[in-house]
Amino acid sequence: MATPILQVENLSASYRKNTVLHDINFEVNGGSLTGIVGPNGAGKSTLLKTILNLHPSLTGSVKFFGLPFIKAKKRIGYVPQRGSVDWDFPTDALDVVTMGLYGQIGWLRRPSRLHKERAYEALDKMGMADYANRQISQLSGGQQQRVFLARALVQDADFYFMDEPLAGVDAATERAIMTILKELKAIGKTVMVVHHDLQTVEDYFDHVLLLNRTVIKHGKTEQIFTRENIANTYGGNMRWMGEEQRHAVHSIE
Amino acid sequence: MTYTAWIILTAALVGLSCGVIGVFLILRKTAMMADAISHTVLLGIVIAYIVTREVSGTAMLIGGILAGVFTAFLVQWLHSLRVQHDAAMGIVFTTLFAIGVILIATSVGNAHLDVQHALMGEITFIPFHMITLPFIGAIPEATALLLLVLAVILFFIIAFYKEWKITSFDPALAASLGIPVILMHYLFMGLVSVTTVASFDAVGAIMVVAMLITPAASAYLWTDKLSFMLVLSGSFGVVSAVTGYYIAAWIDTSISGSMAFATGLVFMISFIFSPKHGLIAKRVRPAETM
Repeated sequence: MATPILQVENLSASYRKNTVLHDINFEVNGGSLTGIVGPNGAGKSTLLKTILNLHPSLTGSVKFFGLPFIKAKKRIGYVPQRGSVDWDFPTDALDVVTMGLYGQIGWLRRPSRLHKERAYEALDKMGMADYANRQISQLSGGQQQRVFLARALVQDADFYFMDEPLAGVDAATERAIMTILKELKAIGKTVMVVHHDLQTVEDYFDHVLLLNRTVIKHGKTEQIFTRENIANTYGGNMRWMGEEQRHAVHSIE
Repeated sequence: MTYTAWIILTAALVGLSCGVIGVFLILRKTAMMADAISHTVLLGIVIAYIVTREVSGTAMLIGGILAGVFTAFLVQWLHSLRVQHDAAMGIVFTTLFAIGVILIATSVGNAHLDVQHALMGEITFIPFHMITLPFIGAIPEATALLLLVLAVILFFIIAFYKEWKITSFDPALAASLGIPVILMHYLFMGLVSVTTVASFDAVGAIMVVAMLITPAASAYLWTDKLSFMLVLSGSFGVVSAVTGYYIAAWIDTSISGSMAFATGLVFMISFIFSPKHGLIAKRVRPAETM
């Protein structure tokens, strides 16, 4: 196995005075597709934001490709939660995707036709070419999520962080997004995804990080994603989610 | 130029600068920061006067920028100490404004500055303070100041257009791309401050809020394109300012009050008739929202 491209050591973070994350240690290898799973309030989004320097950390260090975030940021792509932005903003889908290129375009320059073309290609890849000039508030939730994914693709990063890209999207969008994620993995990119649906974890991710304010378990899905570990992560609340529904799924199979 | 021409030109410049900068106030959801800053720049202006002992444009601009950015900083700081954002704003701006009022009453006394003037402005006096500039000739000082500020605002908005757009729409992505979101926030607050200071003489601290927010809120209803929204908002500002002047001349009332009233009229018209988000449009085709 290659050397880890993300090393998180002794990371902790708080919101106001409540410590949300403590003693976070893990390493991620290149080319993996990791699901970050845990109950509500486990700090999944905060973990992403803290790793990406968007939220202050209390302690610890994060290294990408052996470098601090600032030096590696051009190789990193981030997809925030869809609900984190105002979709009534006066702009269209193509323009939102072009924003993914603003870091590369640099100061005092305008996006060129080439940039627009790359943005259009990324939209096309997400099956959204027909909506390029559509005002973003007129897109459905799934379409908005695809626009966000297209924006991440156009960044052409090596390492992607996505915050609940599958939350509240239609089945077709979920399939489209998973196809893209598996494609990214196939060409050697690394992806970490905050995920909320326990039933699809085994199908979607080759690695899983079970989180509840600290890392409960992290590793290959088939080894880590066991009933016992899930129970440890979700505490007493998992019974109905874990046992019964898993059971139901198996009986259908 | 006649007095009337100078007054209308000054009013139009106020409308244009405020209209353009107001777009980002609306889109960044910080409209009420305009209210806070428009009051606290008074403190900056008073302190600038106490330090320099003259009512000069540059000193006022610098004082105003410092006061405005200081306000933004204090609000952010209180908010980080678990004071609610709107409460933090209310606390900071009333306190700083009160200090300004006290200083006017105690230290600045008889001067050009008084509270009435600061709150309501007095655009009719503007042609009485002429200065002479190279190439342009005689021009009222307030008008010259507004021209300078308009140039500064347009420069910053055009030069950093895509950065304003991304930090307004998605600050998290902007930060992850390495764009200095916090620095841009304070730069923007500085721009709001200079606009407010320059508009102070003409429309005063309270009416400048109307000029900053209402044209932009109206433009927001007409278009789905940011660049067009900027043009539209600036135009609405100019139209309101000029219309306001004629309303005031017609019924012989406060000019700044009429200008603010005109922005309200523009908003009402937009709210009812806008083809995209107007009341009538929603009635006519309610199904076509998705």
